[in-house]
Amino acid sequence: MTVTLSSYLLVALILFCVGLYGALRKRNAIIVLLSIELMLNAVNINLVAFSKFGLNAAVTGQIFTLFTMTVAAAEVAVGIAILLAMFRNRDSIHVDEMDSMKR
Amino acid sequence: MDASLIIFFLLGFLTIGGAVFMISFTKVAHMVISIGVTFISIAGLFVLLEAEFVAVSQILVYSGAISILMLFGIMLTKHDASEDEPSKAQPFWLTWIFVAGLFLIVAYGIYSTNWNVLPPRQLDPNVSNVKEIGVEVFTNFVVPFELVSVLLLVALVGAIIMAKKEDKD
Repeated sequence: MTVTLSSYLLVALILFCVGLYGALRKRNAIIVLLSIELMLNAVNINLVAFSKFGLNAAVTGQIFTLFTMTVAAAEVAVGIAILLAMFRNRDSIHVDEMDSMKR
Repeated sequence: MDASLIIFFLLGFLTIGGAVFMISFTKVAHMVISIGVTFISIAGLFVLLEAEFVAVSQILVYSGAISILMLFGIMLTKHDASEDEPSKAQPFWLTWIFVAGLFLIVAYGIYSTNWNVLPPRQLDPNVSNVKEIGVEVFTNFVVPFELVSVLLLVALVGAIIMAKKEDKD
Protein backbone atom coordinates (compact mmCIF):
# COMPACT_ATOMS: atom_id res chain seq x y z
CA MET A 1 0.00 0.00 0.00
CA THR A 2 1.50 3.28 -1.08
CA VAL A 3 0.43 6.89 -0.71
CA THR A 4 -2.41 7.73 -3.08
CA LEU A 5 -3.24 10.99 -4.82
CA SER A 6 -6.31 11.63 -2.67
CA SER A 7 -4.21 11.69 0.53
CA TYR A 8 -2.10 14.52 -0.88
CA LEU A 9 -5.25 16.32 -2.01
CA LEU A 10 -6.77 15.95 1.46
CA VAL A 11 -3.67 17.38 3.20
CA ALA A 12 -3.74 20.31 0.77
CA LEU A 13 -7.46 20.83 1.37
CA ILE A 14 -7.05 20.93 5.17
CA LEU A 15 -4.15 23.37 4.78
CA PHE A 16 -6.24 25.56 2.48
CA CYS A 17 -9.18 25.60 4.90
CA VAL A 18 -6.95 26.52 7.86
CA GLY A 19 -5.44 29.32 5.80
CA LEU A 20 -8.85 30.57 4.71
CA TYR A 21 -10.07 30.61 8.31
CA GLY A 22 -7.01 32.59 9.38
CA ALA A 23 -7.35 35.06 6.52
CA LEU A 24 -11.00 35.71 7.38
CA ARG A 25 -10.72 35.76 11.16
CA LYS A 26 -7.43 37.32 12.24
CA ARG A 27 -7.00 41.02 12.99
CA ASN A 28 -3.23 41.32 12.63
CA ALA A 29 -2.44 42.02 8.97
CA ILE A 30 0.87 40.13 9.13
CA ILE A 31 -1.00 36.99 10.17
CA VAL A 32 -3.48 37.54 7.33
CA LEU A 33 -0.53 37.64 4.89
CA LEU A 34 0.84 34.42 6.43
CA SER A 35 -2.54 32.75 6.00
CA ILE A 36 -2.57 33.72 2.33
CA GLU A 37 0.87 32.13 2.00
CA LEU A 38 -0.59 28.99 3.59
CA MET A 39 -3.33 28.86 0.94
CA LEU A 40 -0.79 29.33 -1.87
CA ASN A 41 1.27 26.48 -0.41
CA ALA A 42 -1.76 24.20 -0.41
CA VAL A 43 -2.20 24.91 -4.11
CA ASN A 44 1.50 24.14 -4.66
CA ILE A 45 1.06 20.72 -3.05
CA ASN A 46 -1.83 20.02 -5.43
CA LEU A 47 0.20 21.08 -8.47
CA VAL A 48 3.19 18.91 -7.57
CA ALA A 49 0.94 15.95 -6.70
CA PHE A 50 -0.78 16.18 -10.08
CA SER A 51 2.60 16.46 -11.80
CA LYS A 52 3.29 12.95 -10.51
CA PHE A 53 -0.14 11.29 -10.51
CA GLY A 54 -2.14 13.28 -13.04
CA LEU A 55 -3.65 12.24 -16.34
CA ASN A 56 -0.95 14.03 -18.35
CA ALA A 57 1.74 13.68 -15.72
CA ALA A 58 4.64 15.91 -16.70
CA VAL A 59 7.13 18.27 -15.11
CA THR A 60 4.92 21.26 -16.05
CA GLY A 61 3.22 21.22 -12.66
CA GLN A 62 6.54 21.72 -10.88
CA ILE A 63 7.40 24.63 -13.18
CA PHE A 64 4.06 26.27 -12.41
CA THR A 65 4.82 25.79 -8.71
CA LEU A 66 8.08 27.71 -9.17
CA PHE A 67 6.18 30.57 -10.84
CA THR A 68 3.66 30.58 -7.98
CA MET A 69 6.48 30.84 -5.46
CA THR A 70 7.92 33.83 -7.32
CA VAL A 71 4.60 35.63 -7.35
CA ALA A 72 4.07 34.83 -3.65
CA ALA A 73 7.48 36.26 -2.75
CA ALA A 74 6.73 39.46 -4.68
CA GLU A 75 3.32 39.69 -3.00
CA VAL A 76 4.80 39.35 0.49
CA ALA A 77 7.47 41.99 -0.20
CA VAL A 78 4.91 44.53 -1.41
CA GLY A 79 2.48 43.57 1.37
CA ILE A 80 5.03 44.10 4.15
CA ALA A 81 6.01 47.45 2.58
CA ILE A 82 2.37 48.57 2.56
CA LEU A 83 1.99 47.45 6.19
CA LEU A 84 5.08 49.42 7.24
CA ALA A 85 3.77 52.54 5.50
CA MET A 86 0.40 52.09 7.17
CA PHE A 87 1.97 51.52 10.59
CA ARG A 88 3.89 54.80 10.21
CA ASN A 89 0.76 56.73 9.31
CA ARG A 90 -1.93 55.12 11.46
CA ASP A 91 0.07 53.41 14.27
CA SER A 92 -1.88 50.18 13.81
CA ILE A 93 -1.77 47.09 11.60
CA HIS A 94 -5.21 45.75 12.46
CA VAL A 95 -7.23 44.96 9.36
CA ASP A 96 -10.51 46.24 10.82
CA GLU A 97 -8.99 49.69 11.22
CA MET A 98 -8.00 49.90 7.54
CA ASP A 99 -11.15 51.79 6.58
CA SER A 100 -9.91 55.16 5.30
CA MET A 101 -11.28 54.42 1.80
CA LYS A 102 -14.71 53.60 3.23
CA ARG A 103 -15.36 56.92 5.01
CA MET B 1 2.68 -0.73 4.41
CA ASP B 2 5.98 0.71 3.31
CA ALA B 3 8.20 3.48 4.59
CA SER B 4 6.82 6.21 2.32
CA LEU B 5 3.40 5.86 3.97
CA ILE B 6 4.87 6.39 7.45
CA ILE B 7 6.90 9.38 6.22
CA PHE B 8 3.82 10.80 4.53
CA PHE B 9 1.75 10.56 7.71
CA LEU B 10 4.53 12.17 9.74
CA LEU B 11 4.97 15.05 7.28
CA GLY B 12 1.24 15.57 6.82
CA PHE B 13 0.77 15.63 10.60
CA LEU B 14 3.55 18.20 10.98
CA THR B 15 2.17 20.30 8.11
CA ILE B 16 -1.37 20.47 9.47
CA GLY B 17 -0.19 20.72 13.07
CA GLY B 18 1.99 23.72 12.31
CA ALA B 19 -0.87 25.43 10.51
CA VAL B 20 -3.36 24.76 13.32
CA PHE B 21 -0.89 25.99 15.94
CA MET B 22 -0.34 29.10 13.79
CA ILE B 23 -4.06 29.81 14.04
CA SER B 24 -4.34 29.06 17.76
CA PHE B 25 -1.23 30.76 19.18
CA THR B 26 -1.70 34.21 20.65
CA LYS B 27 1.78 35.71 20.29
CA VAL B 28 2.60 36.76 16.74
CA ALA B 29 6.27 35.70 16.92
CA HIS B 30 5.24 32.16 17.95
CA MET B 31 2.90 32.05 14.95
CA VAL B 32 5.76 32.72 12.53
CA ILE B 33 7.90 29.98 14.12
CA SER B 34 5.12 27.41 13.87
CA ILE B 35 4.43 28.26 10.24
CA GLY B 36 8.13 27.66 9.58
CA VAL B 37 7.53 24.03 10.65
CA THR B 38 4.68 23.88 8.12
CA PHE B 39 6.85 25.22 5.30
CA ILE B 40 9.68 22.73 5.97
CA SER B 41 7.22 19.81 6.16
CA ILE B 42 5.73 20.85 2.82
CA ALA B 43 9.26 20.69 1.38
CA GLY B 44 9.41 17.13 2.72
CA LEU B 45 6.15 16.32 0.94
CA PHE B 46 7.67 17.66 -2.29
CA VAL B 47 10.66 15.32 -1.86
CA LEU B 48 8.20 12.47 -1.36
CA LEU B 49 6.56 13.48 -4.65
CA GLU B 50 9.96 13.32 -6.43
CA ALA B 51 10.17 17.08 -6.97
CA GLU B 52 13.55 17.80 -5.41
CA PHE B 53 14.19 21.15 -7.06
CA VAL B 54 10.82 22.50 -5.93
CA ALA B 55 11.54 21.22 -2.41
CA VAL B 56 14.86 23.08 -2.24
CA SER B 57 13.22 26.24 -3.60
CA GLN B 58 10.47 25.87 -1.00
CA ILE B 59 13.04 25.80 1.82
CA LEU B 60 14.98 28.71 0.33
CA VAL B 61 12.02 30.96 -0.49
CA TYR B 62 9.45 30.14 2.17
CA SER B 63 11.22 29.01 5.34
CA GLY B 64 14.22 31.18 4.50
CA ALA B 65 13.08 34.42 2.95
CA ILE B 66 9.37 34.77 3.71
CA SER B 67 9.55 33.76 7.39
CA ILE B 68 12.43 36.18 7.98
CA LEU B 69 10.57 38.92 6.12
CA MET B 70 7.52 38.32 8.31
CA LEU B 71 9.71 38.46 11.44
CA PHE B 72 11.13 41.77 10.21
CA GLY B 73 7.60 43.02 9.66
CA ILE B 74 6.70 42.08 13.24
CA MET B 75 9.85 43.66 14.67
CA LEU B 76 9.29 46.89 12.75
CA THR B 77 5.66 47.25 13.80
CA LYS B 78 4.63 45.99 17.24
CA HIS B 79 7.18 43.41 18.29
CA ASP B 80 5.24 42.29 21.37
CA ALA B 81 1.98 42.12 19.45
CA SER B 82 -0.54 39.51 20.46
CA GLU B 83 -3.79 38.47 18.91
CA ASP B 84 -6.04 39.21 21.87
CA GLU B 85 -9.56 39.33 20.45
CA PRO B 86 -10.59 38.31 16.94
CA SER B 87 -12.15 40.73 14.51
CA LYS B 88 -15.77 41.63 14.94
CA ALA B 89 -16.47 42.29 11.27
CA GLN B 90 -18.50 39.11 10.95
CA PRO B 91 -19.80 36.68 13.58
CA PHE B 92 -17.74 33.64 14.54
CA TRP B 93 -20.21 31.02 13.31
CA LEU B 94 -20.52 32.57 9.84
CA THR B 95 -16.79 32.11 9.11
CA TRP B 96 -16.90 28.64 10.59
CA ILE B 97 -19.88 27.53 8.48
CA PHE B 98 -18.30 28.98 5.33
CA VAL B 99 -14.97 27.17 5.85
CA ALA B 100 -16.60 23.89 6.95
CA GLY B 101 -18.94 23.98 3.96
CA LEU B 102 -16.04 24.48 1.57
CA PHE B 103 -14.16 21.62 3.24
CA LEU B 104 -17.10 19.21 3.02
CA ILE B 105 -17.87 20.02 -0.63
CA VAL B 106 -14.26 19.65 -1.82
CA ALA B 107 -13.65 16.53 0.32
CA TYR B 108 -16.76 14.95 -1.22
CA GLY B 109 -15.39 15.82 -4.65
CA ILE B 110 -12.00 14.27 -3.85
CA TYR B 111 -13.43 11.03 -2.50
CA SER B 112 -16.14 10.52 -5.12
CA THR B 113 -13.66 10.76 -8.01
CA ASN B 114 -11.75 7.75 -9.25
CA TRP B 115 -8.15 8.98 -9.39
CA ASN B 116 -6.46 5.66 -10.07
CA VAL B 117 -6.93 5.72 -13.83
CA LEU B 118 -3.26 5.75 -14.69
CA PRO B 119 -0.15 4.62 -12.82
CA PRO B 120 2.09 7.39 -11.47
CA ARG B 121 4.69 8.94 -13.70
CA GLN B 122 7.77 6.78 -14.14
CA LEU B 123 10.98 8.74 -13.82
CA ASP B 124 13.92 8.25 -16.15
CA PRO B 125 16.80 7.45 -13.78
CA ASN B 126 19.34 9.01 -16.15
CA VAL B 127 17.76 12.49 -16.18
CA SER B 128 17.84 14.52 -12.98
CA ASN B 129 14.87 16.58 -11.84
CA VAL B 130 16.82 19.83 -12.15
CA LYS B 131 17.87 19.08 -15.74
CA GLU B 132 14.31 18.14 -16.66
CA ILE B 133 12.96 21.42 -15.25
CA GLY B 134 15.72 23.44 -16.90
CA VAL B 135 15.14 21.94 -20.35
CA GLU B 136 11.40 22.48 -20.06
CA VAL B 137 11.71 26.09 -18.82
CA PHE B 138 14.08 27.11 -21.59
CA THR B 139 12.13 25.44 -24.38
CA ASN B 140 8.43 25.92 -23.63
CA PHE B 141 8.32 28.55 -20.87
CA VAL B 142 10.85 31.17 -21.97
CA VAL B 143 8.38 34.06 -22.15
CA PRO B 144 6.81 33.46 -18.69
CA PHE B 145 10.30 33.05 -17.24
CA GLU B 146 11.39 36.45 -18.55
CA LEU B 147 8.10 38.07 -17.51
CA VAL B 148 8.56 36.76 -13.96
CA SER B 149 11.94 38.49 -13.78
CA VAL B 150 10.25 41.77 -14.77
CA LEU B 151 7.60 41.15 -12.09
CA LEU B 152 10.27 40.63 -9.43
CA LEU B 153 12.02 43.85 -10.46
CA VAL B 154 8.76 45.82 -10.32
CA ALA B 155 7.92 44.34 -6.90
CA LEU B 156 11.39 45.21 -5.59
CA VAL B 157 11.20 48.84 -6.74
CA GLY B 158 7.60 49.13 -5.54
CA ALA B 159 8.41 47.75 -2.10
CA ILE B 160 11.31 50.17 -1.65
CA ILE B 161 9.24 53.17 -2.73
CA MET B 162 6.32 52.11 -0.55
CA ALA B 163 8.41 51.50 2.57
CA LYS B 164 10.71 54.53 2.45
CA LYS B 165 9.91 57.60 4.48
CA GLU B 166 7.84 60.19 2.68
CA ASP B 167 9.43 63.59 2.16
CA LYS B 168 7.71 66.65 3.48
CA ASP B 169 7.91 68.68 0.23
